[in-house]
Amino acid sequence: MNSGGVRTRTRAAIDAPHLRTDRWWLAPAVTAAGLLAFVVYSTWRAFANSDYYAAPYVSPFYSPCLAENCEPMRSGPNWEIFGSWWGLSPALLILIFPLGFRLTCYYYRKAYYRGFWASPPACAVAEPHKKYTGETRFPLIFQNIHRYFFYAAVPVAGILTYDTVLSFRDEHYEWGHMGLGTLVFLVNITLIWAYTLSCHSCRHIVGGKLKHFSKHPVRYKAWKFVGKLNNRHMQLAWASLISVALADFYVYLVASGAFDDPRFF
Amino acid sequence: MSVVDRQEWDVVVVGAGGAGLRAAIEARERGARTAVICKSLFGKAHTVMAEGGIAAAMGNVNSGDNWQVHFRDTMRGGKFLNQWRMAELHAQEAPDRVWELETWGALFDRTKDGRISQRNFGGHEYPRLAHVGDRTGLELIRTLQQKIVSLQQEDFKETGDYESRLKVYQECTVTRILKDGSRVSGAFCYERESGRFFVLEAPSVVVSTGGIGKSFKVTSNSWEYTGDGHALALLAGAPLLNMEFVQFHPTGMVWPPSVKGILVTESVRGDGGVLRNSEGKRFMFDYIPDVFKEKYAQSEEEGDRWYEDPDHNRRPPELLPRDEVARAINSEVKAGRGSPHGGVFLDVSTRMPAEVIRRRLPSMYHQFKELADVDITAEAMEVGPTCHYVMGGIAVESDSASARGVPGLFAAGEVAGGMHGSNRLGGNSLSDLLVFGRRAGLHAAQYATGLTGARPLVDEVQVDTAAAEALRPFSAEGPEPGAENGRPPENPYTLHQELQQTMNDLVGIIRREAEMEAALEKLADLRVRARRAGVEGHRQFNPGWHLALDLRNMLLVSECVARAALERTESRGGHTREDHPTMDRAWRRVNLLCQLVDPTGGLAATDPVRGQIDLVRETTEPIRPDLLALFDKEELVKYLAEEELYE
Amino acid sequence: MSSYEARFKVWRGDAEGGGLEDFGIEVNDGEVVLDIIHRIQATQAPDLAVRWNCKAGKCGSCSAEINGRPRLLCMTRMSVFTREETITVTPLRAFPVVRDLVTDVGFNYMKAREVPAFVPPEDLGPGEYRMMQEDVDRSQEFRKCIECFLCQDTCHVVRDHEENKTAFAGPRFLMRVAELDMHPLDAADESGLDRKKTAQDEHGLGYCNITKCCTEVCPEGIKITDNALIPLKERAVDRKYDPLVWLGDKIRRRPSGAV
Repeated sequence: MNSGGVRTRTRAAIDAPHLRTDRWWLAPAVTAAGLLAFVVYSTWRAFANSDYYAAPYVSPFYSPCLAENCEPMRSGPNWEIFGSWWGLSPALLILIFPLGFRLTCYYYRKAYYRGFWASPPACAVAEPHKKYTGETRFPLIFQNIHRYFFYAAVPVAGILTYDTVLSFRDEHYEWGHMGLGTLVFLVNITLIWAYTLSCHSCRHIVGGKLKHFSKHPVRYKAWKFVGKLNNRHMQLAWASLISVALADFYVYLVASGAFDDPRFF
Repeated sequence: MSVVDRQEWDVVVVGAGGAGLRAAIEARERGARTAVICKSLFGKAHTVMAEGGIAAAMGNVNSGDNWQVHFRDTMRGGKFLNQWRMAELHAQEAPDRVWELETWGALFDRTKDGRISQRNFGGHEYPRLAHVGDRTGLELIRTLQQKIVSLQQEDFKETGDYESRLKVYQECTVTRILKDGSRVSGAFCYERESGRFFVLEAPSVVVSTGGIGKSFKVTSNSWEYTGDGHALALLAGAPLLNMEFVQFHPTGMVWPPSVKGILVTESVRGDGGVLRNSEGKRFMFDYIPDVFKEKYAQSEEEGDRWYEDPDHNRRPPELLPRDEVARAINSEVKAGRGSPHGGVFLDVSTRMPAEVIRRRLPSMYHQFKELADVDITAEAMEVGPTCHYVMGGIAVESDSASARGVPGLFAAGEVAGGMHGSNRLGGNSLSDLLVFGRRAGLHAAQYATGLTGARPLVDEVQVDTAAAEALRPFSAEGPEPGAENGRPPENPYTLHQELQQTMNDLVGIIRREAEMEAALEKLADLRVRARRAGVEGHRQFNPGWHLALDLRNMLLVSECVARAALERTESRGGHTREDHPTMDRAWRRVNLLCQLVDPTGGLAATDPVRGQIDLVRETTEPIRPDLLALFDKEELVKYLAEEELYE
Repeated sequence: MSSYEARFKVWRGDAEGGGLEDFGIEVNDGEVVLDIIHRIQATQAPDLAVRWNCKAGKCGSCSAEINGRPRLLCMTRMSVFTREETITVTPLRAFPVVRDLVTDVGFNYMKAREVPAFVPPEDLGPGEYRMMQEDVDRSQEFRKCIECFLCQDTCHVVRDHEENKTAFAGPRFLMRVAELDMHPLDAADESGLDRKKTAQDEHGLGYCNITKCCTEVCPEGIKITDNALIPLKERAVDRKYDPLVWLGDKIRRRPSGAV
């Protein structure tokens, strides 16, 4: 009794940390499970340093590929910026950006604060922490740099778009072909862009920061468009997370020879 | 008696709705130290329920509008019974009051060129209502609330105390206005939360407590509307004016019970909704009065064409004035052709595609969906008349809002009478609050700060008497001499329900002499029983006790309504007599004033025959010629008595 | 449909203590929880304290917690529960209790006073304000707020941490800051008040970890988190954490509020 929070002495004397009767734990549990599954999968793939290229497809985890130890991909985004001293998986070099983008994303923050940190686990369910300072101090104050990750996420999405264009070749780099992989890439890049543009920081930058929309009709339109996407930010976050994993997994299947990419033409 | 805490102010405002807050702002800005006292939390006043808008002739949408046109509309709406000087001031000052809200942060809907948008409404010749979607009342309250906070912030900077010059006592009730001789000296109050008594000493008291709807069973009003201000003024010796005029809105929800009385906006009918009885008949065609025969469609086909082509067809009878529609619904229900829950059907579902309904009537769609689980795109609504507004109220001087005969007492808003005559136009209520709220605050401050000599003193005996009166429900009187022993105390909830039923059935929309006489007898009986209203428990936030205290006010006000309604032998605006069905020009100049039989401050009388109220007839001042000149002679002939026309 | 007897548990007591009390009470077709509380009041517990007013979801007085969820008593229909269910009604658990279902919501009125009011532009008189609809849309959404304080109640920042009440204004009043910062004619900047910065420095915006419970409970459906709190966070970033924006504003030499 009387141990702070809802059990503070002045408040209505109720022992239970919450009185919810619905399945309030379901949403955070599913969220946590989903995120965990992705973390496990992406860690394995990022460190694997293999089976990430099967012409003309490059796994989105390894694009752009910035070290000398990258597999050669003709016309692909493999620039040896990091030279030969980099001995680890080249995925680690680039994944930091999308990872940072998603880690500081306003939706994912909600998801993992609730799912992993139980802060709070669900609405009106007492959180187990004694103290809470939110995003006021180190390290969480760094969530405020989200917009820089957005700036970085745009070129990354641009490069994945380029990869998708390259996927309109066959395995001999002949243009004008298309396979199931191309379709997977198309879906993935659409979702990636939709997620990236639906970002709250993006919404702020394109127009949200303005005081008078009426003086900036074009930016107002852009803001409204981004706003529509932003309404679906959560759905897009999940859809693009799954699609990027699937795109990678598809490349893995093809590259490892477990599956033959069906060609349409 | 225990010592009661006293605090000294210049102006005390009773009620924190639109009028009260506007009065408080004005009084404080004029340098008076001002206290506001209200029954609910600050910002929850009934004003938030107003949807339509604030009528003000700004001419933003149609530049032909001006105060004269607004004045004319208001007088017509009130059937010329309005206190004309109030209607004039109201029409002249409303635009300034709306603009001023913008400087305090209000955000009204805009026109294309960035000015305040104005909408059409019943009885207004031009688009005139400044609005914010369908939540104008909320915007008004919030803006005034935030203005008060900003004044408190100024005071904090200067004095280090937010409440040094303007304080809100929320969740407190005033039970008596205290007097020193004929002058106001303060108010006796209790804190609802703790039950603690306290006295606010002040030479000026502004009453702005709203209406009386909770005396009726079906009402759009909240629990606060128990006629407190009306009763406080009566008990302080001030008269009430024309209390017989009560507006019933024709379409309130009748089901589910929890929302019975809540308004269904007029635009449902304006957009094509039709009224049907249980036989599926559009009955309004049977209720077109002769005077309107020329102006309304005679067949369903013609009525239906009007929505598309209003220039070549006459409007459907669903759009007759509110009182006509309310009476028609009432008759259908009485004839046994009502809906399952005692109303009639208002149907849009068969008239428009679902998607059009959702676009045009979003708030109604949601209101029914959320409150009644009724999808109005698929089924008909059930509606019936609901008590909405009281035109009558404290008799005041038009310019100063001061109550007659009690120096230091002021009134503004619904609780003040005269402004709306016999019937109020939609939208004129919010502007009334602002215009006369400001005037009341202004004159209350001037009166208080301009007093020479000693301030009126609060009399200890009055305080003790008021405290004893407030505590009576805890020691509900035992049996009266001669009565059988052991009669239990009365349950205040039961008494309240009986009162509501009585007023609804016997002094409701359609009134008959015999019924009103029966009502007066019933009221006398309730008054006797109310003295025995007893409550259990303690003084801390005890709703039973609060209701027991409010009963006194409701009973007083109900008696005023019944007596005045019995006296006025004509039908006009919000007063319909079945036995005197027409408007009588001779009555136009007659005001009915209610006064307390025993104004010396005696506790509620119990004599059932005599009652507590005396009625006085008064002839009104003639309308100023330049204002009369705004009307056509032919129109005036319909309203004014012969002798007035030739004066 | 007909009436039935429902089982209720209602918290009764005061600051000294109390507990859930059982009631068996009649429920009729179409009723809401507030009706049932009133019936308990009229027939079984006349001194049961409950705050209410308009009964139509417009005034925000009857906030309480039903089966552990912050809700308006008048907007919770009995039909959302099964007849077998026991319905638990408690006062708001983030605020000090006064008696039964009534809590002391003074915290919110205190916080309201700490947000500096609208600053009218000096060069415009009454009647001269011109604002475009698209410029007032955003603030109008926030002004739909009925101040039921359910968001303040559910927000874990203060609900679970009493000590944060001094530093944190809560969703309602951070939204008020956003409303004023987005008001097309608010002249706070000209008067030397930077609402974006004070949101973070004085009203505790940083405490918000955008877990969206405020949005979930809002009976008016205001998107508090997405439309008020996050945009406000971004505006605070402009001021405090984004050297590019800061530099841009310096170079263009225009008051940052006037874009």
